[in-house]
Amino acid sequence: MSVLVFAEHDNSQLKADTLKTVAAAQAMGGEIHLLVAGYNCQAVADAASKVNGVAKVLVADNAAYEHQLAENVSLLVTELAADYDHIVATALTTGKNFMPRVAALLDVAQISDIIAVESSDTFVRPIYAGNAIATVQSLDSKKVITVRPTGFDAVATDGSAEVVALDKATDAGTSSHVNDELSVSERPDLGAASVVISGGRGMQNGDNFKLLDGIADKLGAAIGASRAAVDAGFVPNDMQVGQTGKIVAPDLYIAVGISGAIQHLAGMKDSKIIVAINKDAEAPIFQVADYGIVADLFDALPELESKL
Amino acid sequence: MKVLVPIKRVIDYNVKVRVKADNSNVDLANVKMAINPFCEIAVEEAVRLKEAGTATEVIAVSIGDKSCQEQLRTALALGADRAIQIDTDQNLDSLHVAKLLQKVVEEEQPQLVILGKQSIDSDNNQTGQMLAALTGMAQGTFASAVNVDGEKVNVTREVDGGLQTVALNLPAIVTTDLRLNEPRYASLPNIMKAKRKPLAVKPAADFGLDLTARTTLLKVTPPAERQAGIVVESIDELVEKLKNEAKVIS
Repeated sequence: MSVLVFAEHDNSQLKADTLKTVAAAQAMGGEIHLLVAGYNCQAVADAASKVNGVAKVLVADNAAYEHQLAENVSLLVTELAADYDHIVATALTTGKNFMPRVAALLDVAQISDIIAVESSDTFVRPIYAGNAIATVQSLDSKKVITVRPTGFDAVATDGSAEVVALDKATDAGTSSHVNDELSVSERPDLGAASVVISGGRGMQNGDNFKLLDGIADKLGAAIGASRAAVDAGFVPNDMQVGQTGKIVAPDLYIAVGISGAIQHLAGMKDSKIIVAINKDAEAPIFQVADYGIVADLFDALPELESKL
Repeated sequence: MKVLVPIKRVIDYNVKVRVKADNSNVDLANVKMAINPFCEIAVEEAVRLKEAGTATEVIAVSIGDKSCQEQLRTALALGADRAIQIDTDQNLDSLHVAKLLQKVVEEEQPQLVILGKQSIDSDNNQTGQMLAALTGMAQGTFASAVNVDGEKVNVTREVDGGLQTVALNLPAIVTTDLRLNEPRYASLPNIMKAKRKPLAVKPAADFGLDLTARTTLLKVTPPAERQAGIVVESIDELVEKLKNEAKVIS
């Protein structure tokens, strides 16, 4: 019994969500090996070797894996899969992109976005935008799993795993990377922040999102948005919280000018404390909010900032 | 070039789902069904490629019982040229759906297959990637822009940190994100015309695939209910509660 966990990283930093995925892997049972596939990613390999519960770090450092193209990474993971019972990745865009490809190449079903492990073959996952929770048993001999990081607590980082370099270079030759346009932000990562403040259609325009900046600075919060705010062009899409955007579960989630559609709630309703600021007392967001205030956000936000 | 668009019939996105009393599944009896929103975006993209002169034929395909013909007719009304229903009343894993679609790809030889990135019922986000693996094609998932350029297609993808553009050799698989386009409404004349467009029915059993279930749904439960909260009267009260009662800020 052993588990292969795919490490999420950007070639320089190991993503914190990987620590949560390792926690999920521990619940599946068996020795855990962490795979770092990238290019010039020694720093990630070093960080990966310190992750608790990991017995071995496999490093595939090759230009073919620089952008973690699904065509190339899936071939690498499928090749390694022979030695493992569970192949696990984090349900972030990279994992979501290549893992179903691995599952199909191995001819097994994939279980996506699990939030709990009941046993080595039985997993819990949300369906219907989180409005139902399914318990699913895998009947395949190998389990291909993606893990929703908000469902698990991160493992510590004081371990010392053995690092093994893999001499692999699988380039499928069917795709190539053209460019990245990444949003630059000084704020904490939306998925990992302990406080998130999000704006919706009620913000009216992109400039008004600046009203959230001061509050976010004082609380050390990340700034998110509803789909309505993204579709209206107020903010970029990587800020979207919801069924089709990011899933967050911070200690405090402040929803400003967000009505609370099913699709938005799917992305934030596991937050510990939810605060709603909305001028419509009938907005569905108040049904899930621990604290609500019926007020015009243009009055409430400056006042909140001044009182923090 | 030929474009294949697989679509799925799902519960309407506005419906609040109910879990059955025996926890066997969600209750879909007498619930409004619709074309999956991501699939609708896929149809729209294919039709736009045809209007731009890039695509010559758009084929919609759906797997399910007779009722999914309704969604295929919707796709035809939106501009697809013909439709294929793969008839089965089985509840299939994404892998089986991908294997059936692989057979359709072999038969039709499309240059581009456009799928939704996920269905809003199972929320799996697997089928497009699996189809790409089975056909050996490159994939452009979570697409917010698709540009066909000779023998390649450039796909701008929505990734965690922002956007990423990849170039794929054709034939290729694309899965749609919400911001790819704004689907049109079907006009009444187009709905009438769609009734006369060809719709072929093929039994899933004829494809000779082993469609034995690979997963068992043990139970479905409603999510934990959140405790009803309180409405505060002032920002002062809100800040005080967050500090002293919830203790989430200091």
